[in-house]
Order: sequence, then C-alpha cells, then structure tokens
Amino acid sequence: MEVNQYLDIFIEESKENLQTVNDQLLELERNPKDLTIIQEIFRSAHTLKGMAATMGFQDLADLTHKMENVLDALRNGEIIVDTLVVDVLFEAVEYLEAMIMDISDGGQGRSDVTAIASKIEAIESGKMPVGADTERVQSDSQEKPIEYYLDEFETTVLQEAEATGYHLLDITISLHEDCLLKAARVYMVFEVLERAGEVIKALPSIDELENEQFESSFSVLLVTQEKGENVQSSISKVSEIEEVVVTPFSLTGTGGDSPLPEQFEQPEDDSCHPIEKPAEANGVKDQVPDTSGKRASGNKTIRVNIDRLDILMNLFEELVIDRGRLEQLSKELEHKELQETVERMARTSGDLQDIILNMRMVPVDQVFNRFPRMVRQLAKDLGKHINLEISGADTELDRTVIDEIGDPIVHLIRNAIDHGIESPDERAGKGKPPEGTLRLHAYHSGNHVFIEISDDGAGISREKVLSKAIHHAVITQEQSAKLSDKQVYELLMASGFSTADKISDVSGRGVGLDVVKNTIESLGGTIDISSVFGEGSKFSIQLPLTLSIISALLVKLESDTFAIPLSSIIETAMITPADMKDAHNQKMIDFRGRMIPLIFIKQLFDLKGKGENDNYPVVIVRKGDKSAGIVVDSFIGQQEIVLKTLGEYLSEAFAISGATILGDGQVALVLDSDTLIK
Amino acid sequence: MSTTVEEDLKVIVFELNKEEYAVPVQQVGSIERTQAITRVPNTADFVKGVINLRGVVTPVIDLRTRFGMKESDQSENTRIIIVYMDDIKVGMIVDAANDVTDIPGAMVEPPPSVVGTVETDYIRGIAKLEDRLLILLDLHKVLHEDEIEVIKTVEG
Repeated sequence: MEVNQYLDIFIEESKENLQTVNDQLLELERNPKDLTIIQEIFRSAHTLKGMAATMGFQDLADLTHKMENVLDALRNGEIIVDTLVVDVLFEAVEYLEAMIMDISDGGQGRSDVTAIASKIEAIESGKMPVGADTERVQSDSQEKPIEYYLDEFETTVLQEAEATGYHLLDITISLHEDCLLKAARVYMVFEVLERAGEVIKALPSIDELENEQFESSFSVLLVTQEKGENVQSSISKVSEIEEVVVTPFSLTGTGGDSPLPEQFEQPEDDSCHPIEKPAEANGVKDQVPDTSGKRASGNKTIRVNIDRLDILMNLFEELVIDRGRLEQLSKELEHKELQETVERMARTSGDLQDIILNMRMVPVDQVFNRFPRMVRQLAKDLGKHINLEISGADTELDRTVIDEIGDPIVHLIRNAIDHGIESPDERAGKGKPPEGTLRLHAYHSGNHVFIEISDDGAGISREKVLSKAIHHAVITQEQSAKLSDKQVYELLMASGFSTADKISDVSGRGVGLDVVKNTIESLGGTIDISSVFGEGSKFSIQLPLTLSIISALLVKLESDTFAIPLSSIIETAMITPADMKDAHNQKMIDFRGRMIPLIFIKQLFDLKGKGENDNYPVVIVRKGDKSAGIVVDSFIGQQEIVLKTLGEYLSEAFAISGATILGDGQVALVLDSDTLIK
Repeated sequence: MSTTVEEDLKVIVFELNKEEYAVPVQQVGSIERTQAITRVPNTADFVKGVINLRGVVTPVIDLRTRFGMKESDQSENTRIIIVYMDDIKVGMIVDAANDVTDIPGAMVEPPPSVVGTVETDYIRGIAKLEDRLLILLDLHKVLHEDEIEVIKTVEG
C-alpha cells in the first residue's frame, strides 16, 4: 500500500493524539473518578490505533491496543485509577512517542515492548478488588457507554417531537468492511435521512463521521414522520451498506429501553472495534438540531508544510526589497499617481507581511505541553514535591524559534528541579511549604516574547558559584570580590561550569547552561538570571518575535549605509561638540540625566573621513538597562528591511549581525549594537 | 611526500597577474561581472566586502591581495568567480576568466617544494598542458588559513 503521502499527516495526527492522551492522563491523576476523561483518552488511543494499523505500524497498533484494554477496564470500573496504573500508562505513552519519533525519522516504529506490555497485562489481569468507591464508578459506567448524551436543548426538541406525534428513531448503520470512501457513504446516508426528517444526534459526532473517524458503523437519532421500515429501506438503497437497524427511541427509558445492536455490548476483538460513544465529545455541544442538516463546521484549518511557508516567506522578502526600490524610484520621479499607487502597494504588502508572519506563529504551548509530565516524572525520581504553574501558554512565537527553544527550557526546568527546589524535609526545615513551586510564564512585550522559569527553591549561592569558578580557573580570587551578583550568576553560563555537588542523572554534567545560552543567543535572544539566596531563582529568556523582517533606521557613515534595528534604539539626537564630556579617554554625553558613553563607529570600523563637525547625529541604543550613543554621519530614515546573513564565511564579523539589500540593490550592513555595549 | 591527483579534472581557468590558475568546475557556481561591493569592517584585508548576488548577500575576496600581489584597478575583463566550499559561498575577484579545460590526472604535479615560503600551502598542484602552466588551487586553504587568525586578533 502506498502510504508515503499520508505519512506526514499520520505523524502529525499521532503526535496530537498522544498529546491528548498525555494531557488527559495528567488530568485523570487529579480526578481519578472522572469517566469523561477516560473516554477522552480512550478515544485518542483508539484513533491512534486505527491509524497505526492502517499505516502498517503493527508494534504501535499492538501497544495501543493493550493500552486500550486497560482503559476499557478502567472505564468499566474493573480496575481503579491509582498511581501505578497512571505510571504504567505514562510509560506506554513514552514508548509510543519513541515509536512515532522513529517513524518520523524514517524508521518502522519497531520497538521491543515486551516489558511494558507485560506490565500492562499485569494490571489488566490484576483487576484489583473493587472497593466501595469503585462500585459507584462501576454503576456509572454501566449506564454510560450505551446511551446518547443529549444536552438540555436536544432533549427539549425530542420531547416536543414526541409530543407532536413524530417518530423518534434510533438507526444504526453498518458499512461494508471494505468500504473505501466511508465519508462519502455517510454523506449519502445523511442525505436520505435529511429527506426523511431531522437528525438530532449522531454517534460518533458528525465531525468525526466526516473525518472517517469511525470503524464501520455509526448511529443516528432521527426525528421523522416516516415509518421506521420506510427509512430503513431507503437507507439500504445506498450502496456498500451492510446493515441498517432501526429501533424506536424513547426519551423516558434510557439505555435499557433502546436496545442497541449487540456489538456494542460485546467485548472488543481485533477484527471489529465497537464504536466508542463519546461521553461529551467536544464537537457534540456545538451541534444544535437546526444545523445538523448542514455539514457541521468546526474550526477550519489546513495543514501546510512548513517548507512551503518558508518559500512564501522568501518570496515575500524579495517583494519587500522590490517595494523599497519602488518607493525610492517614485520619490525620485515625483509622479503623483505613481506615488499613490506605490503607497497603496506598500500598505497592502504591509498587511500581507503581518499575515505571513502570523501564519508562521505557533503558540508556545506546543513546547510547554510536554512539561507537566516531565516535571511529574522528575519530581518522582528525585523524591520532591513540585507544583508546576504554567501561564501564558497561548503566547505565540515564530515556528523556527519554537523548534529551537524546547531543549533550552527543558534544561532550565531540570536545573530548577534538581538544584533549585529542595527536598520536602529540607523545605520544612526552612519553614517553606513542602511542595515547591515551579513557574513557567510566557508573555509578549513589544517586539519580543519573554519566557520566565522561576522556582521558590534554594536560590543561587554566590559563594558556591565563586569558589567553583575559582576552582575551574574561570576567574581569579581578586576578580571574584569585585563581581556584582549579576556577573556572578553569569558565570553559571560559562562553559564547563556546574555547581551541582554530585553529578546526577538529571542535570549537572557540566555541559548545560552555556549550551542554553548559546542556543538562545543564536536565535537573537538573551537570557538573564536573577536570584535571591534561600528564596528562589528566575531565568528570564527574551526572544525576538520574528527573525527575518525587521524595522530599522538607516544611517550613513561616509559612503556606506548601515542599518540599526529599531528594537534596540531608544531615540535619536543631534549633539554639538560642547555636549561631549571626557571621562578617562571616553567621550560621554548627558542623556536625560544619565551619563552615557559615545561610540565613534567610524573609528571603530576604520572608515576614513573628514574631521570635526558642528553637529553629530547620535543614535541612542540600549542593551538591557545600559545605553550608549552611536555617532553617525547622517540619518537616512526608517525602513522595513529583510535580515540576511553575511554567509558562513564572514559570520564572525565584529559588531555586524547581518546584511540587507536596499532598494537600489546595494548591500547595507546591519549593526549589532548589543556587541558595542559591554 | 608527493601526492599526485590521479583523476582527470575539469577546471575553470582564470588569470591573475599574468599567470593562469585553475579551480575544479564542480566548485564554481557562476562567473559574474564586477559590481558594487559593500565593505565589511574589521575583516581580513583580502576580504573586499559583500555583494548582492541575485538577492543573496555573498562575501567577496580579492585573490590578488590574498596571494600578496599588488592590487590592480578593475578592468573590462575583471570577473568575480563564485565558488562553493563546504557550506560557504564566496566570490573571488580575478583579472579575467579564460576558459574551461580538462586536465588529465597524470599531468598534475605537486607544488614545487623548493619554494619554501609560508604562503604556498594553498597550491594543490601544478599542471603542465602543452605550453601552458596551470596552478591548481586548494580552495579550502585559500579561503581559510589566515582568515581565522585575523578574526581572532580583532576579538582580542
């Protein structure tokens, strides 16, 4: 079977399903008695199994199947939810994730799952004695799986229909097992149904049916004036229908009164999987009877390969360059209509730019969502109690940044749990609550996104860091006394540095924070550490929203044009030589009450030119809380520029972060003001 | 030790200070006429700057400066040969680009060892073709060697 074209979709969807399982398992641990959660997990696992089997990944399907058995037992109250069960399920999910990773790396998703499989089987066969608690659960579960879940509105509609003499029919339609276009058959069946009456409810939901997320049969609740036999025969006319079972449905009697096809009650076997009755499927709530005729529409999305977005972005960059050129030409020509057209075009392309950039934005949740489980596991391994608080998970970042930012954050979280948060005993001794808190906070500010990882643990010990740094010859004894706290914390990110007393599994192998810092800097971001000894520490990561198109101020230095990113500019000013003050060979100016150093970029870059001027244009730039004035020859103006690299060959050029192509086709260098401020 | 290049080579021949040099054709992306070069401060002296090569910012080096020859004014014949080396793409300014030719592997000899100067390690070999003498370049050495040091001094 030619499956390659579906492989990408399969991988993406499998990841999504696994993520749901993941999230819901965590939820389940918190609310072990909530059956809807188990239903949710079951549904995702089942979809995954179906897809894996179709794609021929047998190991994946087998393991998911075993997992399903446990879930089924849970659902039926044969097993109760406890830590052991959740642990094993998590472990199974880990295996599944590994398999899917293998598949996405081109493998076959094969894995030796005997260990986990036997654990699962042990749980399943263990079927612990049912306590008083679970009896209730059990009785719940016996009612639930064979019932349409109707909301109030639907119930009202049904009651009215019943009262006015309409028939309520529960119709179960089975398709041929080898039916190829199931969605098409569903569509045809619905057409027949809608001619006969009104579909109140469908199981699985209409969304799921349209997406072929069902095995071979489905049920609908129909309100009609027609007789059951008539409906049955007209549905049977649709080809590839195996069987149509029509039973009258009554509101007053629930499950017991509406006999459902046998297979719902049979334990599942491999060849035929029963339909899961979604307890409270997400889509179900949205469906109201009057829309059931139309195709229910959810949030309409399409999957687009990231490569295509990259190509679109590249093409758009070309357009931005040409736009710059057009703007320049129209200015020179002073042709009114041309200028108006160009202005309009600039506006449209500005909107276009927003949209394209937005398309590449994904919520940071994509990275955050794997942390709860990780934290849970780590806390368990290390015998600590940790409460993870996540906020701002909907903050959006460019896809390329998202792809890179995961590992650094994982590292910081591991660090915080391993070195930061103390053991419960230690915490009790310090008068802290035994449960440590780890906060993950993302937010948006200006052209940047900030991600903060903070804990209420031990904080960073200045002495410990210093003695270590001296021991590793990173600094000398004399230097150590002069360093500010901030500088001391920065030592943590020097290469080959680890303050953990013992090398643990979790962190502390000496490679670490320096790698984190490099990764973040390579993304154009910065990382900042603050800490109060004994009270906790905070790692704050600042990331640019997007990487390629930025607003910049163009300036002239002799014959060369340079661009300075607007994000680092505070303001521009004109100063006279009288404003300059000397401070130990360093020219300074008074800028709003603060003395800031001046950078004569021409001398720095060895650009020759004439000497004294009357006026110096100065660009005030900042880095963190420090600022400096860059002296230039003249300002040209503000422009959107496309940031391009200088190429691997010149990647280390001093104080230049890249280049851009101007409207006239010339290359202008982009100044990296951060490296100019020490 | 003498290592000879056994395989036949297809090379681009270019002129520099009246001598003929050659680089393998596989490493050449294109040959461009000269255009405006934006200088990049604080780089090695042979790095002339960057050009806009159809939307891609491409560094350009002056081979004359690199080989310690006198700089010459640009002429009608001056060309920029765009070469690829590993992951990098660089333009080389040469006096003229002449032709493409085949060099039988047997004709390539190792660089003369009598020339004991420091800077000859970028020569991969010398090929004698009838009355022509082609100097085969080792692009990796041409592009790197000094360059790394230069950048280090800037940082220090």
